Amino acid sequence: MEWLDSFWSTYSTLVLSTGTNVLLALSIYVTLACGLLSVANAGFMAIGAYSAVLLTLHTVTPLPLALMVGAIAAAMVALLIGVPTLRLSGVYLAMATLAFGEVVRILILNAEDVTGGALGLNGIPQLVGVFEVITSVAVALYVFLRLAHSRIGRTITAISQDEIATELMGLNVRAYKLVCFVIGAALAGLAGALNAHFTFFISPNEYGFERAVEILAMGVIGGVSSPWGAVLGGTLITALPELLRGMGRYRPLINGVILIMIILYSPKGLWDGLQTLLRRVRP
Amino acid sequence: MLAQQIINGLSLGGVYALFALGFTLVFGVLNVINLAHGAIFMIGAYAALYAVLVFHFSLLPAIFVAALVTGVAGWILDKLIFAPLRARRAPHLAPMIATIGVSICLASIIEGYFGSENLRFPLDTLPSSTLSLASAQVNWLDVNIIGLALLLMGGMLWVIRHSSTGRALRALAESPKAAALLGVNVGELFGATSVIASILGGVSGVLIALYTNSVFPHMGQPMLHKGIAVVIIGGMGDVRGALIGGFFLGFAEVLTIAYIGSNMRDAVAFGLLFSVLLLRPAGLFGQAPQRRA
Amino acid sequence: MLRLSALSKNFDGLRVLDNLDLTIPSRGVFGLIGPNGAGKTTVFNLITGLLAPSSGSIEFSGERLNGLPPFMITRRGIARTFQNIRLFKEMTAEENVLVAMGEHPQYGVLKALVPGAYRRAEDSERMAVRALLSRVGLSAKAHQRAGFLSYGEQRRLELARALATRPKLLLLDEPAAGMNAAEKQELGEEIEKLAASGLSILLIEHDMRFVMKICAEIAVLSFGRWIAQGGPVEISAHPKVIEAYLGNNAREN
Repeated sequence: MEWLDSFWSTYSTLVLSTGTNVLLALSIYVTLACGLLSVANAGFMAIGAYSAVLLTLHTVTPLPLALMVGAIAAAMVALLIGVPTLRLSGVYLAMATLAFGEVVRILILNAEDVTGGALGLNGIPQLVGVFEVITSVAVALYVFLRLAHSRIGRTITAISQDEIATELMGLNVRAYKLVCFVIGAALAGLAGALNAHFTFFISPNEYGFERAVEILAMGVIGGVSSPWGAVLGGTLITALPELLRGMGRYRPLINGVILIMIILYSPKGLWDGLQTLLRRVRP
Repeated sequence: MLAQQIINGLSLGGVYALFALGFTLVFGVLNVINLAHGAIFMIGAYAALYAVLVFHFSLLPAIFVAALVTGVAGWILDKLIFAPLRARRAPHLAPMIATIGVSICLASIIEGYFGSENLRFPLDTLPSSTLSLASAQVNWLDVNIIGLALLLMGGMLWVIRHSSTGRALRALAESPKAAALLGVNVGELFGATSVIASILGGVSGVLIALYTNSVFPHMGQPMLHKGIAVVIIGGMGDVRGALIGGFFLGFAEVLTIAYIGSNMRDAVAFGLLFSVLLLRPAGLFGQAPQRRA
Repeated sequence: MLRLSALSKNFDGLRVLDNLDLTIPSRGVFGLIGPNGAGKTTVFNLITGLLAPSSGSIEFSGERLNGLPPFMITRRGIARTFQNIRLFKEMTAEENVLVAMGEHPQYGVLKALVPGAYRRAEDSERMAVRALLSRVGLSAKAHQRAGFLSYGEQRRLELARALATRPKLLLLDEPAAGMNAAEKQELGEEIEKLAASGLSILLIEHDMRFVMKICAEIAVLSFGRWIAQGGPVEISAHPKVIEAYLGNNAREN
């Protein structure tokens, strides 16, 4: 069992970050699935992380409650900004939400008294382990897989294909979109809260533009035809830099090339590409 | 003091406007959020620097070299990434993710070749004389930056408003299908847009490198954030909005640094951005297509 | 049942519909015809709430529809099909109709989470969907993707999908376009059957023979104004109608 211990000490953080990344991928999956090109999830992650950490750092809040507060705080903000911004469609929404993420980062950066500014918050209690992360992922995945085939999932797919036709079937498209946006935010908030409680330290720069784009990459690379796509995308984006460890200074270059290749050759995502491949192999 | 701030605002704003113009052009016409625009901007700066250091070019020819290099880069970007994705009718955000890949690759190549340290233009290549204007001493460099930025912007506006290419571009931004029916060579025009946008990005890269006198592999990142802010404030996909937004942000930053404090610089810009997002998400001048038939 | 009063619509200062009054009875087939660009589809878009009228009002069963979001209008009992078919192409025929059953499968999020539970809840809905599909002759295609159906089949699927919303008034935008003679014959019979079952139908169509055969009453729109209204015989002999159509043809030639 000694190798297991050494494996664990090396890779436990990797397992934990894979888990939170899968949650983040699922959080963007919800919005992408109903055709919302939202890139706000890094901002929601930050809101979740900071609100949970402020609780566990300064009070004796039990972890589950802190996690819930993180998710709910992100959801409330999503509700607030969702109403005006979801009127935008397509890449316009992507742009507006990208900017929202930046606004959150700057706000945290400047609210030094509460957030510690650029220095961040240190000494966060290490409350989250594999159990918490795996449970969260499993529950979220189960819910999404079940809903995907229900009336709710069907309506969301319909919205992504033709909003106007869906609306004229008597379905409240705006409400569905807002709910998807809010659920995505709650999930990102939860991921942020979880992540903060095993990294010891958080700072605003972890939730900036690069993070927003990384989350989006997980969603798009995995694809939105199934929640499993998000699992695939989240895992791959976490593992890729590790797998390329031997490449030394060319690691980012190869990372970039792989990203481009996946998009060019499987623009609907790897999960979709995988299934097309399987169909071709099995006639 | 104020005169100096105005000059600073004009030159910084001019660079922002130029950068945002290229960014918004690709957004409006190709419907792509080009996250490689920051990397192209960085390539422009390095190309000019290389021309100055290795071939001992003076500044103006070096800027031409930067325009040429980034123009070619824009062409490759369209042929290698945008065109195949258009042909495959890839989902909306696919090209955006691909441009992240491009951006990572370019930064990594430059870092591999030039190293990650901060490089500078040799002092003797920069104009050092000053100009007395009203009560202020104005640096020739600033005058050159403002002049070049205004020249390029004016040229672009003229092309878009008055040339047949500009008409075709506007038709294309409106609807690629309709433009094709009007006999516009859509593929070629998409390519041309990418080339022009990249040149604008590349030249603004040289200008900011001169303004701050520093060139480094990741200089495109903060600029990209500002480009996005400018485009949102001004109005997405709107050329006039990009120009006004650019100068607006430039002045807001310069005045904040001068009168409030440099640590509040980003806060002011993004506070503005946030209010625009909540109150007028399509931007001050933009008319983003909203839901409904 | 449906009443348009002084309804007008401007686009960029251009008046596309000018002061239209119209009352559609609660039963039977009502035809809406007119040359291309007369504004017929705009009338549909106003009724269904996709566009807001510039002035005037729309009333349905005595209730004002102006300002209601489109989905509320559908829930009041108005369904439509589209001139350029708008099916959910990646979904199967059955799923297309299921979506239109709307919130009808009565189960909440919780039930959806228990394996098997929502399937049982959906059983009756699936039966209704099957009945609708067989009504338009698509039983055999229930599990085909909508995008792979033929043009005529897609039009019929759109009809089934509209019916699934349980409308009282059905707006059909060129339902016979692209159909062959046999398909048109069948469609005509189906529309008459629907009308006989108590549905009110408002129909835009270019095929005059089709319109004259199934419509009890017809209104003619030209450049955003009514130029005639009446029974098929009256309309086909109306000098203004003949002029509008001939004039239009003359210009096109």
